[in-house]
Amino acid sequence: MKVKLKIWRQKDSRSKGKFEIYELDNVAPDMSFLEMLDALNQKLIKEGKSPVAFDHDCREGICGSCGIYINGRPHGNDHRTTTCELRLRRFKDGETITIEPWRAAAFPVVKDLVVDRSAFDKIIQAGGYISVNAGAAQDANAIPVPKHNADVAFDTASCIGCGACVAACKNASAMLFVAAKITHLAQFPQGRVEAPERVKRMVAKMDELGFGSCTNTRACEAECPKGISISTIAKLNREFISAKLKD
Amino acid sequence: MMSKLDAKIPDGPLADKWTNHKAKLRLVNPANRRKLDIIVVGTGLAGASAASTLGELGYNVKVFCYQDSPRRAHSVAAQGGINAAKNYKNDNDSVYRLFYDMLKGGDFRAREANVYRAAEVSNLVIDHYTALGVPFARDYGGLIENRSFGGVQVSRTFYAKGQTGQQCLIGAYSALSRQIDKGTVTMYPRREMMDLVVIDGKARGIIARNLVTGEIERHSAHAVVLATGGYGTIYYLSTLALNSNGSAAWRAHKRGALFANPSFVQIHPTSIPVLNDHQCKLTLMSESLRNDGRVWVPKKKGDTRKPNEIPEEERDYYLERRYPAFGNLVPRDVASRAAKERCDAGYGVGPTGLSVYLDFRDAIQKKGRKYIEDSYGNLFEMYEKITGESPYEVPMRIYPAGHYTMGGLWVDYNLMTTIPGLYAIGEANFSDHGANRLGASSLMQTSGDGYFILPYTISDYLADDIRTPKIPTNTPEFDAAEKEVKERIDRLMSINGTETATSFHKRLGKIMWDYCGMVRNEEGLKKALGLLDELKEEFWKNLKVPDTANEMNQELEKANRIADFLELGKLLVYDALNRRESCGAHFREESQTETGEAKRDDQNFAYVAAWEFAGDGNEPILHKEELKFEYVKLQERSYK
Repeated sequence: MKVKLKIWRQKDSRSKGKFEIYELDNVAPDMSFLEMLDALNQKLIKEGKSPVAFDHDCREGICGSCGIYINGRPHGNDHRTTTCELRLRRFKDGETITIEPWRAAAFPVVKDLVVDRSAFDKIIQAGGYISVNAGAAQDANAIPVPKHNADVAFDTASCIGCGACVAACKNASAMLFVAAKITHLAQFPQGRVEAPERVKRMVAKMDELGFGSCTNTRACEAECPKGISISTIAKLNREFISAKLKD
Repeated sequence: MMSKLDAKIPDGPLADKWTNHKAKLRLVNPANRRKLDIIVVGTGLAGASAASTLGELGYNVKVFCYQDSPRRAHSVAAQGGINAAKNYKNDNDSVYRLFYDMLKGGDFRAREANVYRAAEVSNLVIDHYTALGVPFARDYGGLIENRSFGGVQVSRTFYAKGQTGQQCLIGAYSALSRQIDKGTVTMYPRREMMDLVVIDGKARGIIARNLVTGEIERHSAHAVVLATGGYGTIYYLSTLALNSNGSAAWRAHKRGALFANPSFVQIHPTSIPVLNDHQCKLTLMSESLRNDGRVWVPKKKGDTRKPNEIPEEERDYYLERRYPAFGNLVPRDVASRAAKERCDAGYGVGPTGLSVYLDFRDAIQKKGRKYIEDSYGNLFEMYEKITGESPYEVPMRIYPAGHYTMGGLWVDYNLMTTIPGLYAIGEANFSDHGANRLGASSLMQTSGDGYFILPYTISDYLADDIRTPKIPTNTPEFDAAEKEVKERIDRLMSINGTETATSFHKRLGKIMWDYCGMVRNEEGLKKALGLLDELKEEFWKNLKVPDTANEMNQELEKANRIADFLELGKLLVYDALNRRESCGAHFREESQTETGEAKRDDQNFAYVAAWEFAGDGNEPILHKEELKFEYVKLQERSYK
């Protein structure tokens, strides 16, 4: 298989970026998308050129490091798939593939396809936790949690923090990310105590960091590699309003 | 020389050792904790749990990770579960049984006292994660579900589908985030530890590289904790994250920390096999799949029929045949070798012949598709994405892959290395898993180390340091370490050869897998020593690193790690050569039973091999820590 790659190149956050075009022969349908970029980089280095920087690590769809805009969609066309899980068998021989970094004011480009997603960490630091000290917990079975709640918590906690939801949103909103966390922690009796404070602080931090608001286009849900539902955003809104009413 | 290895294991009955020891460990008063700096390197379950707990106690903590966020550490990828001795299933589980299973699983090459303590604190770990909001699987009564896991006969494994590692790590990360918010912990993401700084014989800081700007930074502390995970990527293809590396541990080793049992690398039996030459990693399929999946190969050599066309009587369920008592649930090393044995004998399946079937047909028939979906849904999806085949329809193909390293920095009972003030926790140390890791015990050990052990033991050391002011970073030791780091980077940048870091990594991996992998022999190991020397020489002559050192340079990061792996690889080989016995994941061809099982030699090898660095190019010096078994009887592991 052959592919033509149109890739966003940007030296660092202060430089201006531009697209470069590269051609790559001998790629195999079994290869992952990132293995294809590895192959490109090996070629570029041998030619004395600068390899393309991109974030990646576990390469099995769980660490959330990877995230590239592929042909106009975060993580590419496949449903519920991270960039590292995407396979070349999903592309046509000779296809031109456009590859860009996440585009969001709150995620500045660091280099090429690498963006700074530390804003997500700052949102979590603003309350995305249950305050309990190590060694202070009672027996795990002391507080039963209905299976349904545990399942909802699991589904929402499966967010990998990749940022596709933000990249997909025309407002670069972080609502799905925040909503997933709020919903996860709201399922547990342990998490309820701080719930009003948590939602107010996390939403305020999200706004402060330059993420936009939600206009219900559902692009985030469509692009989330872990299939997190926008019903969590409704939950977030309910939690937020109820917290505000208590003020 | 033996004096170097005082394991400081407390006296007294096994079950009381930790309790008694804790009572004697000195404390640091809260007002003094604020004045003490601690560096933690790594933010996986061990690092995040240690950093958050130390922050909670009031120490001034700096924590480092190479990823863009602490949430991405490779603990995130652990799938199957986390053990605890809760006996929630009333199947007669206990701390003692968990301890015993770990020791036996580790083929009696771990320390009794450490393993018992790991089992003892396991229950606290589960309580803490639950309180943090980790969504462990629950039954309809609202209580936590448990399942059984490779190598054991009780249901003690807590799980969150096949994402237990992610869920626990998110819990640990959220606790860490809380401390970062409070200001007790300062987070340094996208930093890589380049060297350890030792002052007056004590660990007092690190040299780090800012991976965005290339800037070399000095960070000082009263104590340094390495929670840097394992070095399984030395095999190139492994189940680890691509950037996992052994560099921090190796630099600490070169600064005087002994490295224990380096050749004990666990080979995981259920990884997706190699599909093509471009492949950069092997994806693990959780061992929990063997609870319901049955492993088989065709009875006929070279049978090319599709698996579903092979009738029942022509299938060889070789694990059930060879190990009737444990069947598909034999420990990892046994399952791995049995798969290799069948493939080597010509019964392997798939295009390369290097895989075996893991079949869910019977479980789907018996328990229903819904049950299988609930238990393993995300694993099945992952498999299908990679291979293009649905495990609901056709059996999975699996093959063993390099996975978890049981070797690591030597630590005493307090988790301190041979450098005072330098601690190693989680996979970065050696003490709890013996020659082979029991399934679902890694999350348990790493978290236990970070939450409930290290925070107590480190205070005993720091109690002497309450009058030591902040460690300055303008000392000759910091100057020298920084200079070495910069010179090394300059050297790597200026070789300007023709081969990339990746190409050296691939060649290194092949040497390691062929001669120091699942099966080893003296001749092969000796050959590997020469090959590694040649490869190292070529690396320093013919490496090509593009761009500059003063920017984000992922190739330079790789080159730095491969340079260390080339040296660490040699240590693995020395260790494997020394150990003329088979045990756990380590199989020496010269030492096997008549039926081809691993044959341990307790007479001569019931010790920890701890290696001292003797200078570049010199043979390392072996120190032996004798393993004393007072509470279990050494016996041949049999899963028949």
